[in-house]
Amino acid sequence: MSTSEFDTNKVLEQEENLQPKMVTVEIAGKPHRVPAGITLMKALWYTGHEVIRGAGCLGGFCGACGTYYRTKDDPRVKTCLACSFAVEDGMSFSFAPPFPARKAIYRMEELKDPKQDLFTLYPEAPLCRNCNACTEACPQAIDVREGVWRAVFGDFKAVSEMFMNCVMCGLCAPVCIADIAPNFVALYASRAQGVYFTEKPKGLAERIQAIADGRYDEEWNRILSMTDEELEQASASAA
Amino acid sequence: MTLSALQDIVHQTREARRKQVLPKLTPSERDTLIKKFHPDCREQAYRPLKFGPNKGQLTVRELAALLEGDSPVPYDLPLDPDHTVDVLVIGGGGAGCAAALHAHKAGAKVLLATKLRLADSNSVMAQGGMQIAVAPDDSPVQHFLDTLKGGHFKNDRQLLKVMVEEGPSIAQWLLELGVLFDRDTDGSLHVKKGGGSTKPRLVTCSDYTGLEIMRVLKDEVLNRQIQLLEFCAAVELLTNRDGVCTGAVLRDLDNKRFIVVAAKAVILATGGIGRLHIQGFPTSNHYGATGDGLALAYRAGAPLVHIDTFQYHPTGAVYPEQLVGALVTEGIRSEGGHLVNARGERFVNELDTRDVVSSSIIRECEEGRGIRTPTGRMGVWLDTPLLELEHGAGTLEKHFPAMVRQYERYGIDIRKDPVLIYPTLHYQNGGVQIDVNAETAVPNLFVAGEASGGLHGRNRLMGNSLLDLMVFGKRAGLTAAARAASNRQGVLTLQHLRRFREEAKRYGVTEQITSPVILPAYTRTQDS
Repeated sequence: MSTSEFDTNKVLEQEENLQPKMVTVEIAGKPHRVPAGITLMKALWYTGHEVIRGAGCLGGFCGACGTYYRTKDDPRVKTCLACSFAVEDGMSFSFAPPFPARKAIYRMEELKDPKQDLFTLYPEAPLCRNCNACTEACPQAIDVREGVWRAVFGDFKAVSEMFMNCVMCGLCAPVCIADIAPNFVALYASRAQGVYFTEKPKGLAERIQAIADGRYDEEWNRILSMTDEELEQASASAA
Repeated sequence: MTLSALQDIVHQTREARRKQVLPKLTPSERDTLIKKFHPDCREQAYRPLKFGPNKGQLTVRELAALLEGDSPVPYDLPLDPDHTVDVLVIGGGGAGCAAALHAHKAGAKVLLATKLRLADSNSVMAQGGMQIAVAPDDSPVQHFLDTLKGGHFKNDRQLLKVMVEEGPSIAQWLLELGVLFDRDTDGSLHVKKGGGSTKPRLVTCSDYTGLEIMRVLKDEVLNRQIQLLEFCAAVELLTNRDGVCTGAVLRDLDNKRFIVVAAKAVILATGGIGRLHIQGFPTSNHYGATGDGLALAYRAGAPLVHIDTFQYHPTGAVYPEQLVGALVTEGIRSEGGHLVNARGERFVNELDTRDVVSSSIIRECEEGRGIRTPTGRMGVWLDTPLLELEHGAGTLEKHFPAMVRQYERYGIDIRKDPVLIYPTLHYQNGGVQIDVNAETAVPNLFVAGEASGGLHGRNRLMGNSLLDLMVFGKRAGLTAAARAASNRQGVLTLQHLRRFREEAKRYGVTEQITSPVILPAYTRTQDS
């Protein structure tokens, strides 16, 4: 929204607009001037980059924009999601290229012993050498290394909870010296937890049956024969 | 006053506000408020369509340009198919994945094409949950009534009945795939209350409901080894001489080549249009939400419904600048979060329907009771620290980890300080008209999810979109697979496109954009 649509004189006395400060960042090795505080993604657009691969939900949920970055004078290369991370002066960054990690193919409903099957589907999972690089690489601050071990030891419940905010950006995979793709291991464990180790919710099957048996038909007939006015009254009295 | 001084007003008034009860508006108060302040009611933003199936009907200018736009496909494009399949699914979000999985399970040969990656969508961002009448004191009929009321009684009743009745079996299906919904201590599905609903009915996976569902559905699409074409955008449909849909033309975004797909049935699951930034609004939508499917269906002759109404989610972030447009989940208000103006006053029952709440926020800002951000945007406060007071310390971290993290990145602690919000363009209430099997007026062309219309009436109720796309994705997939089993592949022509171009010329429409636009034009050029 532009401010011109508002009568700003009416607003309580408030701080004047800040002038955008410009900072210098390096994108894929090239220096550019961009407004301070914008996201890395907006910095790409601002500097004329056409983005097709590397942008998805733009809200920090889909993991399409996994990015490597380094701040001024810091030797460490870190990771972030470009859609929800702000530029700072002297920063250097590049999109992480798609990494061809292997996802095992399985029929979730046909597993015999999901905790054992993990070792057939992902035989590399128990070979973790505890370097912790995956945890360091996670932009969602998940303790990835711990999660891999939990999966190996069959604590799928803990894995499912630890990885609930995993956006599957896959930045944990390229850093693994044991060729594990921790996000895929965790997804397998989490789904198996749901399918095999979680009780069926009380009342759900009964509700499905009740609908199939036509238990609501009478109410439906009553409701569906109503005029808009009658419906309005019915929904008002229910509220 | 500085932002933090303005924030203090919220802190100072919190205790007094807690005792306040704000009534929901009566129907006539609602109508008056909406007419005056809802963006749907700004006449200058609308114009009638000049030609096509919805000729003469009003829609927003951005959508009108898209629907009347010209195809990038030349009429003489050679139509030798690169792929021949039973069912072509266009779109890789919730509706597309559900449709592909069900069609595949029914035995069809499925190709799923999506212009970004599989699962890049709005579905993946859904935080609030999915409305399903599973609670003992709830019923599908009550779900129906709530939705109808939310939609101003303009909902397609048949579609709506189907959706609410199939809800519980959708929950079952997702559980069988391994989706981990929140549970109560006795193991039943935990339900939260959403705006405009009379009962708690939202099943959730903390505030990552869409993410959890989409991780699982994507994994399942990969496990079933359904053929995929990522970074391939649909740019035109194909029809036979009788106007029946027989395939589509895609464009590979990597090499810009056209790809011709012959299919016995086509399912459009292309989502909404937030990235067209209707009326200049920021949006909560994903990068690809440019309404491609609407343009394709319209050119092929399928009428749209409710194209004059959009949902502006009441709580889009307006500060900090990096979060502008991003959604602040409605769950905050469900759990008792107040909306507060610059004077520290509440001004609406926070659990009223989205159109009412959005209109009231716009009213506060237009009447001078909004808060100006350092970048010149306007907003009102959402009092998040109140939740810690009401439900105990740690509530936000436990129930809204995504939101805590989202703000933490910019040094804002939502447990301590309120956040600034303003309505953000969130959802297209209408879309391509479908029947109960998700089929359009164009035979063998199906539409599911946000691209379809009718079900939500003039205002979608929170939590109904995840269920909508699951139910009609499934129905589209199953019906398309059945159709494919009994039909032969039809001939591929662009006759509908020739008719469309002739009509454009007849009605004097010469200045056309290239449609679909595929991605928003954010890349700054030298002139901009």
